[in-house]
Amino acid sequence: MTPVHIVVCGSIVPDPLQTLEPIPGPALKNEMMLPAVLDPWAGHALFEAAHLAQKLPGSKVWLVSLAPKAKLQQVMMTVAQKVPFELVALDGRASGFTDSFETAAALAGAVSGIAGLDRQRLLLFGGWESASRGAGSTLQMVGERLGITEQFQGVDQLTVLADGALEILERIEGGKHQVSVCAAPPAVLGWATGHLPEPRNNPQVGMVNMRAVMPALQRGKPAPIANAGLAFLSVNLPRQQRETRVVKDLPADAIAREIVAWMREE
Amino acid sequence: MESILLLAHTEPDGSLAKPALEALTAALSLGGSLTIGLAGASVEPAANQIAAAGATRILAVAGDAFAAPRYATDAAAAEALCRASGASLVVAPSTSRWSRALPGVAYRLGGRVDTHATALAEQNGVLAVTRWFYRQRMEAVLTRTARPWMVLLDGGCVPPWSGAAGVAAVEPVAVEVAAAATRTTVSGTRSPEAGEQTIRPDAKLLFVAGAGWTKKQSDGAVHSADAETLILGFLRASQASLGGSKSLVDLSGEGEAVLRFMTHMNQIGQTGATPRHPKGLSTCCHGEEPHAVGWRFIGERRAINLDPNCGWARGKADVLYVADAFAVMREVNQLLAG
Repeated sequence: MTPVHIVVCGSIVPDPLQTLEPIPGPALKNEMMLPAVLDPWAGHALFEAAHLAQKLPGSKVWLVSLAPKAKLQQVMMTVAQKVPFELVALDGRASGFTDSFETAAALAGAVSGIAGLDRQRLLLFGGWESASRGAGSTLQMVGERLGITEQFQGVDQLTVLADGALEILERIEGGKHQVSVCAAPPAVLGWATGHLPEPRNNPQVGMVNMRAVMPALQRGKPAPIANAGLAFLSVNLPRQQRETRVVKDLPADAIAREIVAWMREE
Repeated sequence: MESILLLAHTEPDGSLAKPALEALTAALSLGGSLTIGLAGASVEPAANQIAAAGATRILAVAGDAFAAPRYATDAAAAEALCRASGASLVVAPSTSRWSRALPGVAYRLGGRVDTHATALAEQNGVLAVTRWFYRQRMEAVLTRTARPWMVLLDGGCVPPWSGAAGVAAVEPVAVEVAAAATRTTVSGTRSPEAGEQTIRPDAKLLFVAGAGWTKKQSDGAVHSADAETLILGFLRASQASLGGSKSLVDLSGEGEAVLRFMTHMNQIGQTGATPRHPKGLSTCCHGEEPHAVGWRFIGERRAINLDPNCGWARGKADVLYVADAFAVMREVNQLLAG
């Protein structure tokens, strides 16, 4: 089967277990001090990309990431041990408060600048939403800028068929998947969870990756996101607290009656 | 005053589904000049359905090429409708179909897009969108100067428009479908391997199963099979929708002998879905922040947990039953069956 060139767009986000607090800007309080991880759905995309590249000999995976260099370097120390890829770094804000339109422009520029990338065999991967902005709009605009009009979002499965066509399962309403067949690359795939577990750390992969990661970080160009025409009127944490009635020492059948009566209330 | 386009795709029967009618309510609430743009295989039923909504124009891109949700044709249809309307503000429902296609259309039009909006209103004289950031952990209100501005409204945030059906005049908008636009074929839908439908977006109740269902119970043994029977029995009897905590869903993904019908699509919380239901019943979970985030949009919340000090006791549920969920749900199922 024909090898593919897979470019994964993925940035970093604060570790989900961290407490987040907005500050004027807007930004996150102590943002540069917060532990960061690879954006979860972009991580799934990266692992799926590596898995696919392994099945199609001659394929190659790039990770294009727009993030503060120092934080990206920290995250790469972990991610680089997972699967083989070549990093393309852009030095800029990875905040959820940056505009997807400008982010897409920066990412598309970086993808266009990848030497040796065959755009006819390109699969542009990424998470279908980030865990920061959560807009689910960046990849589509990157795809448009690259002239790719075969696009899929919420992807959980990609199968390369015998004739080279791509069978894709996308999440749709009601917990179902839409099944599509795309004749051939190029295509954009925004991944949801996929089907692969997170790969174990492989020190050998890590050593090979890191040889290229450090120079890639040094080469990383500034990518300022101006948020032109975008203004935040407020950013707040939800304050809603409920007066919880704690029910102890009530038999199961009595609780059940109460629950069923509550369910039947209009 | 903005000129507004309500952009909706039709269902297989040609009608508009609830998310589109909710978006129509939001668009009408802004008070500007409203055009409705419809796309799909057939649009007449939809146009007649909202004939009394007060739109100044109803534009439509119709034909077999626009029946299936597919990026290339959906984007072409939406682009044509936007251009034909000349609207400065485009309001659309956050369906999987429009969420896939409209960001690319915003780029084509030189506009901007905001998705997962929960409110759209004028604030201090400017149009503002409310949406959540960092996986529903903080809520922001934002505005933009760029136009056209596309806003995709999440479901369940406003009531669906309702009104008498009528006979609407529809202005067709021609879109030429190039061969390249049909390189992708949609062959249908597929349910998860679990087989049984457990996700029901329109259900009145969200039932959340936590990892406690798969842990050792008071007799020192794991009762996964009992848990499956109880949960599926409840879902069938109540027609509730099933959500799962991340810990439980991850266990399923790791191949452990847990709840076989639980997939990543059931996951709620930071890295899962944030469904909107009037009521929610949580069982066997601790309500830590990532999980509670998934409950942010649930109206009335009750929980069953053996731990009286769990997170639900700190102001996240309306009622916390300190009890064995196995015993309670067995009784609940009997009552529902009776």
